Amino acid sequence: MENKTGKTVESGIQEFLTFTLGKAEYGIDILKVQEIRGYDSVTRIANAPEFHKGVINLRGVIVPIIDMRVKFGLEHVAYDQFTVVIIINALGRVIGMVVDGVSDVVSLREEQIKPPPEFGAGLDTEYITGIGTSNDQMLILTDIERLMGGADMQLVENRSNADNNSAV
Amino acid sequence: MTQFFQVFFQECAEHLAEMERIFLSIDLQNPDAEELDAVFRAAHSIKGGAGTFGFSDMTVMTHAVETLLDNVRHGKLVLTREMVEVFLEAGDAIEMQLAGHRDGADVALAKVEEVCGKLSAIGEGGAIRCAGTAPVVSMPEPAQTGAATFYRIVFTPQANFFSRAVPMNLLFEELAGIGETTTIAHVAASDSFKKYDPERCLTSWEVWLVTERSLEDIRDFFMFFADDEELIVEVAATDIPAEGSTVTANAEPETAGPLLPDRPVAAAEGLRKGRRFSDRDELPQGTSGRKHSDAHDASSIRVGVSKVDQLINQMGELVITQAMLAQTAQRFDPVMNEDLHRGMALLERNTRDLQESVMSIRMMPLSFIFSRFPRLVHDLAAKLGKQAELKLMGEATELDKGLIEKLADPLTHLVRNSLDHGIETPVERMAAGKLPGGTVTLSAAQTGGRIVIEVSDDGAGLNRKKILKKAADKGLPVAEEMSDDEVWQLVFAPGFSTAEEVTDVSGRGVGMDVVMKNVQSMGGRVAILSGEGAGSRVVISLPLTLAILDGLSVRVGEEVFIVPLNSILESLQLGPESVNQVGGNTTVRVRDAYLPLLKVADVYGIAKAKERPEEAIVVIVDAEGEHVALLVDELLNQHQVVIKSLEANYRRVHGTAGATILGDGRVALILDVADLVHLWRKS
Repeated sequence: MENKTGKTVESGIQEFLTFTLGKAEYGIDILKVQEIRGYDSVTRIANAPEFHKGVINLRGVIVPIIDMRVKFGLEHVAYDQFTVVIIINALGRVIGMVVDGVSDVVSLREEQIKPPPEFGAGLDTEYITGIGTSNDQMLILTDIERLMGGADMQLVENRSNADNNSAV
Repeated sequence: MTQFFQVFFQECAEHLAEMERIFLSIDLQNPDAEELDAVFRAAHSIKGGAGTFGFSDMTVMTHAVETLLDNVRHGKLVLTREMVEVFLEAGDAIEMQLAGHRDGADVALAKVEEVCGKLSAIGEGGAIRCAGTAPVVSMPEPAQTGAATFYRIVFTPQANFFSRAVPMNLLFEELAGIGETTTIAHVAASDSFKKYDPERCLTSWEVWLVTERSLEDIRDFFMFFADDEELIVEVAATDIPAEGSTVTANAEPETAGPLLPDRPVAAAEGLRKGRRFSDRDELPQGTSGRKHSDAHDASSIRVGVSKVDQLINQMGELVITQAMLAQTAQRFDPVMNEDLHRGMALLERNTRDLQESVMSIRMMPLSFIFSRFPRLVHDLAAKLGKQAELKLMGEATELDKGLIEKLADPLTHLVRNSLDHGIETPVERMAAGKLPGGTVTLSAAQTGGRIVIEVSDDGAGLNRKKILKKAADKGLPVAEEMSDDEVWQLVFAPGFSTAEEVTDVSGRGVGMDVVMKNVQSMGGRVAILSGEGAGSRVVISLPLTLAILDGLSVRVGEEVFIVPLNSILESLQLGPESVNQVGGNTTVRVRDAYLPLLKVADVYGIAKAKERPEEAIVVIVDAEGEHVALLVDELLNQHQVVIKSLEANYRRVHGTAGATILGDGRVALILDVADLVHLWRKS
């Protein structure tokens, strides 16, 4: 487990940015977070999955916006001035992730992080690296690179896909 | 010092390429004198440079080439096919030596020796030693005093001459080799000895030479050392001066004899002109390094690609800023703010001009890579026992440098494939009723916003059965009833090859998928057209540039797209009578042509777009030769857009050539018309 959940500081403390999606609280390595911003109008991408909201111009860089609320099938999906986008740096890319809300930055010692429970094979939980507790609430610690790089995110074009699309 | 080495290596490689190009195209019966001169110059430049940097093995080799060439261009020898072959081999050998000095690669001395042997065998047995680090040999023919002429040569180098590290001793040795010389060194008067700077050249050399060589020959000796204005060569009427300090080679001002007072007066006056200590400030900056013999070369500078790229990036930002300003300025009343609007118009024009100039820096003619193929075909055909001729067309077509570099490998693969798999052996060709010699054609042309490069041959064509069988063997999904196009696409599968045996030419099956991958990475497409027995054509289509394009922004529903201007033929509003239904599709009649109507809103699933063609606007576009009518709601504006990659953070989006940032900061997708049509047909 080399640095999966984040940079292990000498004292064994890791910092996580926590955010909410529905009722659950998630945490990602703070070092992967570039910035947090509001939701601007996006340019829609045709023939993309529903949770790919489109692309925005982030200071001259084209950044895709992924709505995790849509991805996780949450009920209340609204876009207003309270909608929050976490801009993350993962897989050598810049990706915007829409969440319900950003809560806090928490520091967890190694012993505070428990291994994730074993779910059934049906659930895609590979990206969960551990479970932490913050303010008596369960915190799902995620490996953002695995989450974003997963095949079901359709963010990274995989090899076979590229071959099928060979131009004519 | 290393940086000078780099420049030399680079230039040397260019000279070698130039030599090769000329030798491959030279007309044996009637060689063009200018071309021979050009080869000679190239060889001479390599020799001079090699001498300067002390690569004596290269000096010797090029000297041998040069000597032979000199005899050819003066009509003493007749150029033959064998000679050209030897010259080509010599070029390879020099390249090998160059690689040896540059990368520390192994140099096959036996090969060098062999080529030298061949060169001297042709060159009437002139004893040319080539091994190791032999010194520069003197010119062979000794002067015959009978037909000899007196020449007076005055060489007045610039003050920074010493910093160019020119080996004067070689020059004097060479001159001594062709006749009897008397050399006088003149040192210009200096204001005071205290200000004396040993690194500045205050010396001019006067050489009295008795030789039977022509005046032009003598000038050639100095070609590498001196500019025309620094050199006077004339037939002397007077005797050789008796007095004066005769210097040996390698004259330095401090070792040279005292100033020769007054002889020859006129010349000495001329020599002293401009030789003052105070002219240090007048030295042109950066003039060290050797001079080119070609005038046009001197007018170019070498700049790192990263600097050019930076310039282009900044240009892109400037274009976006200008677009934003223009959008803001539109809010101001045109009458009240006339000056502002005039200024904006001017700014737009200047930005555009600047952008074109900046982009043109990166544009290079395709001949840059095409030029390597004549040699490749020549060698490969000989190796495979085939007869093939390479035709190059449209070499002057310009393409972005980055694309050109990435194109080299795919094209090499394709040309090799054509020769190996396409062109048949002479016997097979005769049996098929063709001429024994095959033709491989490499052509390039600009059509709309794309560059189309074609590699075609008149060989056997792709073998459908073989490909299907091979694909089935490899476990690819195939069916007998697949269309030809689909079958040809199979060859792009990784590891695919129908060659019966693996040779060092091809058959490893790493070719076509690499071609496809490289071309796709440039935003290009590859298509194969082939008929059995009728040869094959591989068509690569590439975007013209990766950075900035002219586009028309169009609105569809609430979304804005950019249509590249160079793919647009016209845009118009249609009356209801020109819209017809054919099956489930709509066609529109534009004058006498019936064109398929592509509703952009349908392809991209856009709601709230105008459905009826007669209410909206159709834009007629050229999708790689096919005309298609795109239905859009409204034409917005024409502007330059900076192409931003979608792949960098996202993925390839079909039907688009990238994205751009509009004046209001929003992102708009740039349509790739041909891809869009393809996407539409599939759905």
